[in-house]
Amino acid sequence: MLTIKNLTVAYAATPVFTDVAVTFPAGKITGIIGPNGAGKSTLIKAILGLIKVASGTVAYNDQPVQAMRKRIAYVEQRKDLDLTFPIDVLAVVMTGTYAKLGLFRNPGVAERQASLAALAQVGLSEFAHRQIGQLSGGQLQRVFVARAMVQEADIVILDEPFVGIDLPSEAAIMAILQAWRAAGKTIIVVHHDLNKVTTYFDELVIMNHGIIAAGPVAEVYTARNLTAAFSADLANVLFTPAEATS
Amino acid sequence: MTTLTEFFTALMRYDFLQSALLTAVMVGIMSGIIGSFIILRGMSLMGDAISHAVLPGVAIAYMLGINILIGASLFGVLAALLIGFVATHSKVKADTSIGVVFSAFYALGFILIAMAESTTNLHHILFGNILAVSNRDIMTTAVVFAIVIMFVVAFYKELLITSFDPTFARTYGLNTQLIHYALMLVLTFVTVSALQTVGIILVVAMLITPAATAFLWTAHLGKMLVLAAGVGAVSSLVGMYLSFTLNWASGPAIVLVAALLFALSFLFSPKQSVLPLRRVRRSQS
Repeated sequence: MLTIKNLTVAYAATPVFTDVAVTFPAGKITGIIGPNGAGKSTLIKAILGLIKVASGTVAYNDQPVQAMRKRIAYVEQRKDLDLTFPIDVLAVVMTGTYAKLGLFRNPGVAERQASLAALAQVGLSEFAHRQIGQLSGGQLQRVFVARAMVQEADIVILDEPFVGIDLPSEAAIMAILQAWRAAGKTIIVVHHDLNKVTTYFDELVIMNHGIIAAGPVAEVYTARNLTAAFSADLANVLFTPAEATS
Repeated sequence: MTTLTEFFTALMRYDFLQSALLTAVMVGIMSGIIGSFIILRGMSLMGDAISHAVLPGVAIAYMLGINILIGASLFGVLAALLIGFVATHSKVKADTSIGVVFSAFYALGFILIAMAESTTNLHHILFGNILAVSNRDIMTTAVVFAIVIMFVVAFYKELLITSFDPTFARTYGLNTQLIHYALMLVLTFVTVSALQTVGIILVVAMLITPAATAFLWTAHLGKMLVLAAGVGAVSSLVGMYLSFTLNWASGPAIVLVAALLFALSFLFSPKQSVLPLRRVRRSQS
């Protein structure tokens, strides 16, 4: 369980959000939704220690998260990467073993086997020796999910993993997330739209410069909360008038 | 081919030529390796900047009679820190910050070199003077060569991940800043060695051109490093030969050979689509 307390993050003195408190339970897939600029990415960057926080704590099972970076895997947005880099698919997956290896130890046979096994699980065995720029967006996203697999982390954070990818890739990634859930991992997914929210996630965090609502999807995914985070128009499209007033 | 025979005869006879060739090849190899990381990190301008920014350190080292590695690395790292400081603490873009800092260091270097004129020659620092390489210079280059190889072997995976995916590296707790400054330090060492063969002005060519050539031929970082080292070494060898037989300045000769190898790769490499003969190989792989 990942617990966030009193978290405040500010860019140039303008707070993105103030005093955020939210919990991500283990063995659940938690979605984070909200309009652009709501602070979704900022929240996960704060959890990952990629940005400075003004105040607040992030703890995993009551231990400060700073002390357990190696137990968190991060699947970032693909657009941030240089796809011309001289690296093949297998080598990318093997970088997931670097954290546990530490300095001065290089990946060996065991790490290579684990990486090949992860690639097989995402259905990309035959692409192991392709340069990464030769893959489609969906295939590439599966590669980064495979890397998260070999990290053997307890917490997996994915930033908009389903943007611009094909349906088979989306299904393959969802299957991996469900396997992680069964293994008791804490899974956090920043989601870019409202599609499939109810089928993909167990828990939902709705953000708009702070937490609008958080909890089991059935309780949180309501017209009232979506109106608060997005707009009344959007809520009206997604819910019948009867549901919306309930 | 008489010139080739003459070259080898001279090589057998003259120690200074052997020293020159050995130094040039070592510089070619290590600048190819470090240059690979420089271009993959999109730091070509930074490489140029650091290689120029060592000039005041070189001048001060001459004045005080200390090893130029110490003076140069001090100013190289100082420049890297200052560039980072200006870039993070002001609204100007990183390349602007690089331009401001390195030109200031370079200018200071010129003035200091002029003050130290009696013991050194500005022309040699700017354009290299490979035939004047002393035994101490070879030793310095050999030490730097060893440092470069050990650094890259020991931190290969850290250099790989911080070049390819620095955000990911930070999420698992790697100190990417430390790796960056360590690379800058090693870069200043390489620059100091390369001063002798190609001079300050052309150091950047030795860093970038062999690495860029290697980049066009492979999709594997390890192979790229070996290939870049090879291109650097061959450029140095052939450049030295041309320098000897045609009486060209050694630095420009070496750099032109490297540029020629790049041009050929640009035309014929499988990654590059300038000439249409290879498309087939890539699509079936």
